Amino acid sequence: MSTTPGLILILTIGVLAASGVYLILERSLSRIAIGVIILGNAVNLFLLAVGGPPGRAPIVGETAPADMSDPLPQAMVLTAIVITLALTSFVLTMAYRSWQLNEHDEVQDDLEDRRIARLSALAVERESAEGDAMTLDEEAAETHDETELYIEEHWLVGDEDEQ
Amino acid sequence: MTWLVPLPAILPLAGAGLAVAFSRRPRVQRILTVVVLLTVLVVSVALLVIADRQPLVVNVGGWAAPVGITLVADRLSSLMLVISSTVTLCVLVYSLAQGLNDGDKETPVAIYHPTYLILVAGVSNAFLTGDLFNLYVGFEVLLVASYVLITMGGTGARIRAGTIYVVVSLLSSVIFLIAVALVYSAAGTLNLAQLAQRLPEIDPGVRFVIQSLLLVAFAIKAAIFPLSAWLPDSYPTAPAPVTAVFAGLLTKVGIYAILRTQTLLFEDARIDRILMWAALATMLVGILGAVAQSDIKRLLSFTLVSHIGYMLFGISLSTRAGLSGAIFYVVHHITVQTALFLVVGLMERKGGTTSLNRLGGLARLAPVLGVLFLIPAFSLSGIPPLSGFMGKLGILQAGIADGSPLAYVLVIASVATSLLTLYVIAKAWNKAFWQPPIEEPRDVRMPRGMLGPTMALVGIGLTIAVFAGPLYSLTNRAAIDLLGQSRYISAVFPDGERGVGESLEAVVEP
Repeated sequence: MSTTPGLILILTIGVLAASGVYLILERSLSRIAIGVIILGNAVNLFLLAVGGPPGRAPIVGETAPADMSDPLPQAMVLTAIVITLALTSFVLTMAYRSWQLNEHDEVQDDLEDRRIARLSALAVERESAEGDAMTLDEEAAETHDETELYIEEHWLVGDEDEQ
Repeated sequence: MTWLVPLPAILPLAGAGLAVAFSRRPRVQRILTVVVLLTVLVVSVALLVIADRQPLVVNVGGWAAPVGITLVADRLSSLMLVISSTVTLCVLVYSLAQGLNDGDKETPVAIYHPTYLILVAGVSNAFLTGDLFNLYVGFEVLLVASYVLITMGGTGARIRAGTIYVVVSLLSSVIFLIAVALVYSAAGTLNLAQLAQRLPEIDPGVRFVIQSLLLVAFAIKAAIFPLSAWLPDSYPTAPAPVTAVFAGLLTKVGIYAILRTQTLLFEDARIDRILMWAALATMLVGILGAVAQSDIKRLLSFTLVSHIGYMLFGISLSTRAGLSGAIFYVVHHITVQTALFLVVGLMERKGGTTSLNRLGGLARLAPVLGVLFLIPAFSLSGIPPLSGFMGKLGILQAGIADGSPLAYVLVIASVATSLLTLYVIAKAWNKAFWQPPIEEPRDVRMPRGMLGPTMALVGIGLTIAVFAGPLYSLTNRAAIDLLGQSRYISAVFPDGERGVGESLEAVVEP
């Protein structure tokens, strides 16, 4: 009996896995959910394909041991299918909740990430605007005590509010 | 005493079912959860005491290994169980008090308790299992529970953060499953002890593929650079107790899996160089990320990533001293990181925000918080005589004993990371505690139920420092077990081939 899985099976697994990965890279959650399903199926097929040659039902007394297929990969695939089902429903729930909140299901950028990216962009801007004119001392004075500077700014804002 | 072994996984699962059944009676549910977790803690301590003499093995359902699933409680897994059940118990009590005081908005009892118990069951299963597929199942159990916990309440921010977390975890699970399939087709078994015997015999190229797939799958869970970007994006938005238990525990389950598989399955085919580079990058990138943050929860998430590098460094040395240091560091880091996140939860409660630009004046408002923050924070950055110093010392000594140029680079990077951690901690301290209060101080009291568990965890951190000697000798013994392998294998297969229990004679291939 040949132990190598057929080419068609391998190709199917490859195509499924590739489409699954492509869909997972999308931004919309429902596409990601479909990607998860496809990728999960690819891996389940893979488990079956590499788990040994196909054979008859592995039931003692019904099939001769030499004709049996290996039951263990089948058991593992069953477990994996159940897990994929649960996860798919969870991802779909998240997509629905996201649609409820935002009227779309695209994954947004993190606000804090954006803020920090803007900070670094600002720093680059400032540097290019001032060039090398700023001496090390000035720079030190500028960044000497961020806390104090921040509070001064804050108080200024407070004064304006009072007026 | 082998009947003790499955309890840390079974009890929380059964408890979760009961907790769902009692979802209309919150008080019963609360008592139930606390009792279950207390029992798990007691069982884990008993397991550690017994396993220190002789590893305990259970063939589930009476099917002899390698036919059935084995559960193995050796020194490493029972030590991990003890520390994880301690931490989960503390965090649960903390969230109970938070729920009682805030009207259950953050931690709705009906869902929170069963899910939390399932998380504990998954973690215990992952620590105890002696079977690769069962490890996958353990991971899935804890991950699914963590998906629910991280999106608790379903607010916009949490759904966004949860999406990143869920998709990345899904991908790592898929990679893990592919690795399982490859292992099975290459070695014909998934029992870890039998794999330890068989994997050295297979083709080195195939073995390397399997090894790297497993490493990638676990590295995503453990948040090792470059697979760490998801962590600081997803952890901080969850409720404080959830973030605390995730930060403390979940990444360490990944580290445990790396430690177990790399030492048991790939002893003579180590990829230490790759691990060392990964450790170096994790340390530096993580801590530099922390420097840029102005939100204390995100800041701590980045230091979490950074300090995973230390454990990886210890593992990559693959000497007794290195592994021992890594195990010690895991124990220290779980307690300290969880304690810090709990303290931050209290700071958020008192100051109304986690943004360091808006927090202020906490030193005067809540001096107790200052002490509670400073002890684990100093421990994290490795100030002697706290536990972080002991852990770093062990790993650095092992690194110098290794003597290779890359190991020296890592030693220097470790020290630099410690210093930067101190800088980050000092920045957070200055802003949150010493900066004049910016907003009107809120008049909230801190419930004793929340302060108590935090103090307990800080106290445990101090205890680790005091009893560092005995703990180090325990982790040394665990490291010798890991390097020796034979202790694990002979515990699973007392006669060299089969476990204890029922199984038919193997059918000889025609």
